[in-house]
Amino acid sequence: MNAEDSHALEPGMPQARPQARPHAQPSLQTPPQPPEQLRFAAWLQWAARLGLTWLVLSFALTLTGWLPNAVSPAQLTQAWGLPLAEYLQRTQAATGWAWLGHLGQGEGAGLAGIALLAACVLPGLLALLPLFLSRKERALAALCAAQVLVLLLAASGWIGAGH
Amino acid sequence: MSAPAPDAACMPRPWAVIVAALVLGGLAALALPAQAGADSPAAPPWWLWPLGLFVACFVMGVIAVPAGIGGGTLFVPIVGSLFPFHLDFIRGAGLLVALASALSAGPMLMRCGLASVRLALPLALLASASSIGGAVLGLALPARAIQVALGSLILGIVALMWVSRQSEFPRVVAPDAIARALALRGSFIDGASGRQIDWQVHRTGWGLIVFLGIGVLAGMFGIGAGWANVPALNLLMGAPLKVAAGTSSLVLALVDSSAAWVYINRGAVLPMIAVPSVVGMMLGARIGARLLHVLKGAVVRRLVIGVLLFAGARALLRGLGWWE
Repeated sequence: MNAEDSHALEPGMPQARPQARPHAQPSLQTPPQPPEQLRFAAWLQWAARLGLTWLVLSFALTLTGWLPNAVSPAQLTQAWGLPLAEYLQRTQAATGWAWLGHLGQGEGAGLAGIALLAACVLPGLLALLPLFLSRKERALAALCAAQVLVLLLAASGWIGAGH
Repeated sequence: MSAPAPDAACMPRPWAVIVAALVLGGLAALALPAQAGADSPAAPPWWLWPLGLFVACFVMGVIAVPAGIGGGTLFVPIVGSLFPFHLDFIRGAGLLVALASALSAGPMLMRCGLASVRLALPLALLASASSIGGAVLGLALPARAIQVALGSLILGIVALMWVSRQSEFPRVVAPDAIARALALRGSFIDGASGRQIDWQVHRTGWGLIVFLGIGVLAGMFGIGAGWANVPALNLLMGAPLKVAAGTSSLVLALVDSSAAWVYINRGAVLPMIAVPSVVGMMLGARIGARLLHVLKGAVVRRLVIGVLLFAGARALLRGLGWWE
């Protein structure tokens, strides 16, 4: 078991003991996986790498003072124990997509990395659509499209906007 | 196309992880005081909090793997107990911790057949939609109500961890109509026995209903829902334990992405809290995986149950106003 594997294999994995099944056959090679698995894996991997790299770099630039903070550290420590509405009132921090206008500041750059991370399943889902459609797997294509719409709806801020 | 065998696919390099952790921690320790001039003389320097958060998350990541629990499940109750951040920001960061963990594991698990996109898609769709509702509800409810609900949930997870008996290879005689229509099946190599395992699922309709509820909890509390996903996939739908755990990671990636956007749009994600948490947890998990064969899983699991018991009771009592 490797690191990434074991991190995700949550409850019970380390304690699990294998049992032979009637339909199990001895084998040493990983069985070929369907194309959708491999395609989604590839897109997810690259998008996650991009998001994490951006996140770490922007944070490092903020810590070292290369990117200025809109909310000073002293102000932040006074406000991060407050409920969200009070925090926003006190700091006048940006909400919604307003961070796009503050990419030159630590908070904006950090939120851009977080947004990349939260959006990195999208390219993979979009890449699956033509694959399912070409194989006439319309139900799976519809599920994929619906998942994309749910994500876009969540990202749009139309749901739960306001305080 | 054949993917590499699971154990050979991405063996972590412990020295690289340790060096990365030291470099990041050192960078933080050296760089943060440069901005510390803003602190008042009496208060502890502000940079101690993100640094402490990084260290705490690193430790959580290390113990999460041998304990057989997702780091996201530990994050919200433990950080909520030990750090001065409001629960709104902790839940936002918790979703990102769970998301980043799932994203880092997902690709390899899919290549090895331990996570199924087909199986994840229908379940994640409903859970994603309901997680948005859960996130909106969580941000609308008063903090005390959330504390009480979170405390109760954590104590419920402790009970589940205590009594849970999972099935490595559940017996599925025949797939149901939905599973047949969507071809919810697959195969993987069981690393321990070296055998190819072919699997299929049943009770998909019930699974969809359960995942609808799981999504609400994930969005509302910002905790990784692997503790609920795995039993639902394994015991209810009949997926082998490893496929259930791997697919749970994929479902988490999709569900937490949706819920995270609600927190981002509402301004409830602070990079100063989220970034050290994500990085610390991911690095710690890699060390934890290396220690898997050294630490006694049962002992660590009991330790984690004890910590969660404390954190859950504390959240519940704080919510009830009995422990300020």
